[in-house]
Amino acid sequence: MTHPSTDTIWDWLDQVPDPEIPVISLVDLGIIRDVEWVKSEDGDELKITVTPTYSGCPATRIINQDIETALRKRGIDRLSLHRQLSPAWTTDWLSEKGAAKLEKFGIAPPSPKGQPERCPNCGGHDLEKTSQFGSTPCKALWRCKSCLEPFDYFKCI
Amino acid sequence: MTDQDALFQFLLRMGDNTLVLGHRVSEWCGVSPVLEEDIALANTALDMIGQTQFWLGLAGEVEGKGRSADDLAFLRDVWDFRNVLLVELPNGDFGQTLMRQFLFDAWASTMLGRLMYSSDKRVADIAEKASKEVAYHVERSADTVVGLGDGTPESHAKMQAALDLLYPYVGELFESDAVDAAMVSAGIAPDPASLRDDYDTLIKRVLSEATLNVPASKFTHKGGRTGYMHTEHLGHMLTQMQWLQRAYPGATW
Repeated sequence: MTHPSTDTIWDWLDQVPDPEIPVISLVDLGIIRDVEWVKSEDGDELKITVTPTYSGCPATRIINQDIETALRKRGIDRLSLHRQLSPAWTTDWLSEKGAAKLEKFGIAPPSPKGQPERCPNCGGHDLEKTSQFGSTPCKALWRCKSCLEPFDYFKCI
Repeated sequence: MTDQDALFQFLLRMGDNTLVLGHRVSEWCGVSPVLEEDIALANTALDMIGQTQFWLGLAGEVEGKGRSADDLAFLRDVWDFRNVLLVELPNGDFGQTLMRQFLFDAWASTMLGRLMYSSDKRVADIAEKASKEVAYHVERSADTVVGLGDGTPESHAKMQAALDLLYPYVGELFESDAVDAAMVSAGIAPDPASLRDDYDTLIKRVLSEATLNVPASKFTHKGGRTGYMHTEHLGHMLTQMQWLQRAYPGATW
């Protein structure tokens, strides 16, 4: 029996939004680590390897459900999800496309400097941190002193 | 004691520390002094409870009796918990909670740094994941301890009182017994005593910046990590944390 190529599966997964930041996909987030077809006696099985962003991220379970739902809808009924802890997720795995979408949405993307590059609203550079933690485990709270707007910053880890 | 028994005990100690402290910190949810701190404490608690799922999940796997992380968290009574006494103490005021967090984070960051080189890949993988989160926790708790310690006369006095209260619980983190000896010989975990110098260097730097005095006495309360005797506080905490499973055994949703 023929089955969709892994490239096709990656494209499909790139259409599954992150449940907490729906402007980016699970692939953009960099948490899908591997997609492969595994041969078995009763047909090939699709094996998806997923890594959590943060240990306690409550979205992890929803993400697994969303992956399964999206692929079953495409007609894939033999699939298994595997959790991989190492190498640990890093914001370096966030795609460029994802970073651009985050900024457009109003979330400053992670920057190697460890702080936002510029205000996602006005582009200002006079910024201050208001809290090391934000509305989800992956974000911190910042404020722009030019336009006075608060904004989320996607933490660099 | 077989090697598997020792590993099981070691994993319970790791997981019960993060479970009990994670629950304690979550008690601040909705009642913190300001919104940003409320969110920060809830996030810290969430990370620790997530780490608990890994440690206790692996503990259940090693034990081989089919117990899940949830079973271990919600269906054991106080005498089966293996956390250090430090983490089960009541929160006290905000400063005391952050002082306890700093004293724990400093240990956790040192310990996890070593566990990343564990001979057991499952342990090393959890440590790799958790250490990234703990690096963030210790940065925040250290900053807050400095901010409040080197703050107003009132905040300084409260932080010194918190340190005086909590410091006599720190030594238990560095106690060793037969479980630790088995972990050392299997290359799974370091001898806790070997972490003390790094720990002392870290906390002395931060506490001196916070203008706080480290108590001279090395006397330590202990009995939590061996299960010999917990404080009266853990039992009370468990009645809250385990309430649902006690009232409706086996409930799921």
